[in-house]
Amino acid sequence: MTYVKPKFRHPELPKNKLGYTVDYYEGALSTLCAGCGHDSISAAVVQTCFEMNIEPHRLAKLSGIGCSSKTPAYFLSNSHGFNSVHGRMPSVATGANLANKDLIYFGVSGDGDTASIGMGQFVHVIRRNLNMIYIVMNNGCYGLTKGQDSATADEGSKNKTGHVNLFEGIDLSSLAIELGATFVAQSFSGDKAQLTPLIKAAIKHPGFAFINVISPCVTFNNNVGSTKSYDYVRHHIEATSTMDFVPEMTEITASYDEGSLKTVKMHDGSSIALHKLAQDWDPLDKISAMNAIQHAKQKHEILTGLLYMQPESVELHQLLNTSNKPLNTLTKKELCPGSVALADINAGLR
Amino acid sequence: MENKVKINDFVVRFANVNGTGSASANYLFTKAIFKMGVFVTPKNIFPSNIQGLPTWYEVRVSEKGYLGRREGIDLMVAVNPQSFAKDVASVKPGGYFMYDSSKKLHEEFIRPDVNYIGIPLMQMSNDAFTDARQRQLFKNIIYVGALTALLDIEFSAIEGLLADQFKGKEKLIAPNIKALQLGVEYVKKNFTYPLEFRVQRRDLLKDWIMMEGNAACGLGAVYAGATVAAWYPITPSTSVVENFSEYAAEMRVDKETGKNNFAIVQAEDELAAIGMVIGANWNGARSFTATSGPGVSLMNEFLGLAYFAEIPAVLIDVQRTGPSTGMPTRTQQSDIMEAAYASHGDTKHVLLFPSTPKECFEMTAEAFDLAEQLQTPVIMMTDLDLGMNDHVCPPLVWDDKREYKRGKVLDAEALESIKKFGRYLDVDGDGIPYRTIPGTHPTKGSYFTRGTSRDEYAVYTEDSDAYHRNMDRLIKKWHTAKEYVPAPHVYQDKNKHVNGILFFGTSTYSSEEAMDILKEEGILVDAMRLKSFPFNKTVEDFINQHEKVFVIEQNRDAQLKSLLMIELQADPKKLVSVLNYDGMPITADNILNQIKKSLSLSTSTVKAN
Repeated sequence: MTYVKPKFRHPELPKNKLGYTVDYYEGALSTLCAGCGHDSISAAVVQTCFEMNIEPHRLAKLSGIGCSSKTPAYFLSNSHGFNSVHGRMPSVATGANLANKDLIYFGVSGDGDTASIGMGQFVHVIRRNLNMIYIVMNNGCYGLTKGQDSATADEGSKNKTGHVNLFEGIDLSSLAIELGATFVAQSFSGDKAQLTPLIKAAIKHPGFAFINVISPCVTFNNNVGSTKSYDYVRHHIEATSTMDFVPEMTEITASYDEGSLKTVKMHDGSSIALHKLAQDWDPLDKISAMNAIQHAKQKHEILTGLLYMQPESVELHQLLNTSNKPLNTLTKKELCPGSVALADINAGLR
Repeated sequence: MENKVKINDFVVRFANVNGTGSASANYLFTKAIFKMGVFVTPKNIFPSNIQGLPTWYEVRVSEKGYLGRREGIDLMVAVNPQSFAKDVASVKPGGYFMYDSSKKLHEEFIRPDVNYIGIPLMQMSNDAFTDARQRQLFKNIIYVGALTALLDIEFSAIEGLLADQFKGKEKLIAPNIKALQLGVEYVKKNFTYPLEFRVQRRDLLKDWIMMEGNAACGLGAVYAGATVAAWYPITPSTSVVENFSEYAAEMRVDKETGKNNFAIVQAEDELAAIGMVIGANWNGARSFTATSGPGVSLMNEFLGLAYFAEIPAVLIDVQRTGPSTGMPTRTQQSDIMEAAYASHGDTKHVLLFPSTPKECFEMTAEAFDLAEQLQTPVIMMTDLDLGMNDHVCPPLVWDDKREYKRGKVLDAEALESIKKFGRYLDVDGDGIPYRTIPGTHPTKGSYFTRGTSRDEYAVYTEDSDAYHRNMDRLIKKWHTAKEYVPAPHVYQDKNKHVNGILFFGTSTYSSEEAMDILKEEGILVDAMRLKSFPFNKTVEDFINQHEKVFVIEQNRDAQLKSLLMIELQADPKKLVSVLNYDGMPITADNILNQIKKSLSLSTSTVKAN
């Protein structure tokens, strides 16, 4: 790895609508292993936010603990970030979101952070349909503690030391759909073309948007026999569709075969244009999505792309009927009932 | 009987079965005495159960204003045969035992030194009411009626309370009055009344109120501007957030939009609850949680993160006896050490010790100021006795001129004016850095929050010097905190006696009473009530200026004493522990006996004259 991030950029780098070049969306130099899948995901996040003209300070990055949870330091250095506690990012994100509903909450977690220590919080943040993006960088192992199996490692998968996993792997995407997640997608760190529009759609989705990204651990789980190595994933990947994210007011230009185009309208007028590869799969139908995942699983395939989406999503602030103004902007005038009301309360206690 | 008449000085204990509606009848009794302007203090002694187990409600009436628990039952109202044996035994000699005489009292419960008042409660209720539930409920009201006659409680006080209670449901008033009168008439017909101890109207309470500490904490959070509450149900803290929720629904809904200027989340566990609180505070909202000891244990990891990452948080710890399957419905001050040093690594937390509902209200509001000013968790150390029992106390006060102290937060304008923002830079020399809230400025003030592997500018580093510098700044901040937290209450202008007593929280009532009795006996001591941790110089001086300091607390391991030893290097030989850890609120008697024993004075039963 290099130790100094070069500051030099091509002087004619294109600018987005805000006048920022793509490097404005980058973060500190990654300290992850060379070739780590996570760095590709970070790059996709940078690209996505640049293309979507996001003001970095209107986005908050949150993570738990682990290799994946270090990545928010490696993108969007002009955003606030919070590297919290192992498995507890969802609760921190919930509190942050309740305080200010107007920011984008970008959560990053790993398979250990989500499927083991953080399973409880993962489950409950889905139930509450918190308006956030939740990316799991899923490599089937604990990288920072040197390669132990995680709960998403497939049964029979072999790690670098030759140890074969005895236990059933947890399928986070199926679980998320089952629990009522309103946006569930799956992707591969090596497929930036697929990942970028998925992240865009996730950001636009008004509710809990989950993306499970298979992201091989180049150091501890990239060996023959592992079901989360680069080679294995490339050979077993099966896309539900190809997909374009189409911003509001933009015409859909992708040309697809008759019958295979499915357009999903998002709440703000933007849309997702899907070129479906599987004819019996409907991304708006939970049962069909579950079936597609299970069928793929039987064939030892990893189904990627948008798996399920419920565009009419009612997120936590709507459920709690909170103020239109972010709670963290309310002042004493709106918050403190004052001495006259207190005199009444005292009178009622006599 | 030769006993002379005693006015406003007795203890009544009710022995009930939980889930039978006795709570509201007993409350009616207490509130009637309160309405007569007399000091009254009720204590619920209840099981961890919803229906069917014994529960007690003890009411002390005190002309002198003593609000601590007192041993020695003058009158036992025994309506639970399950606990008869224990109930008879707890009556003091010459006292009274009122029971339901619908069934004959077994002779094993007859004590020659106790007076028996048998009233056929069930029989009378069955005769007067037809509905099964009403029969059950009005049995309780009949004994309240009997008590008004026996203790000379003004019937009009009870009538007034019923009118308030059933506003809008006036239909229910008449049967209640009927039941009360049945009790009154039975006493008048069958017994000599009133008893030699009784209630007499006074104007002792002036404008005082009667309130539970938990309600006051919930209300304090509304007044303090808390907008995000995250919690997990646990006795005895549950009613803190329930009260916050009720008061907020009343006073915090925007009139135009109908939308809530608050958010409450019942979390999946205490870990998530404190995580949400930290997330919300990090993002600039005032946020709190309420829990009890087991919850604090679960919150330890996050509390450490908040300490190191310097994020404000308010936690209300309503202490109870430990552990989870301990006696969760009994009181104790036993989370002191757990809270003071919660979490791994070198951590310490600001604690506040309220002793009345008024202080629960004030200190909750202050906790939010302190948490934001010091950028650290602040833990309110209340307890079951304070939180779940009604207490009479002066009215709550709020100064409309009071502004929220939000601490060192840089807004966009301030960020424009500074050269370079350093999140953990000690700009002012007090150890407290400046913080920014996400979303404030497009190009300035953003930083990455993590534990300690960073420098003054929040840039990642594992450099030893940077870690060391940060830890030293945090301890500097800790010393600064001593100037911010509420100072102890000192009972004398100048320390002048050889010995002192030191106490906090709900030990206050009985400690003050014990101090008065010692004085009557010619034993003079100085006294101090702690209101917060870290301890400031006044506490240190108090210990230094006395030969012996009795440290009164409600736990086995003398946790506060340990804290004084650790933090002030106080001489352990000087600090004499006065402890109570049976789950019941500490009594003045208990304190007196322990102090006298230490002073080699003969112990005596001072109580129950």
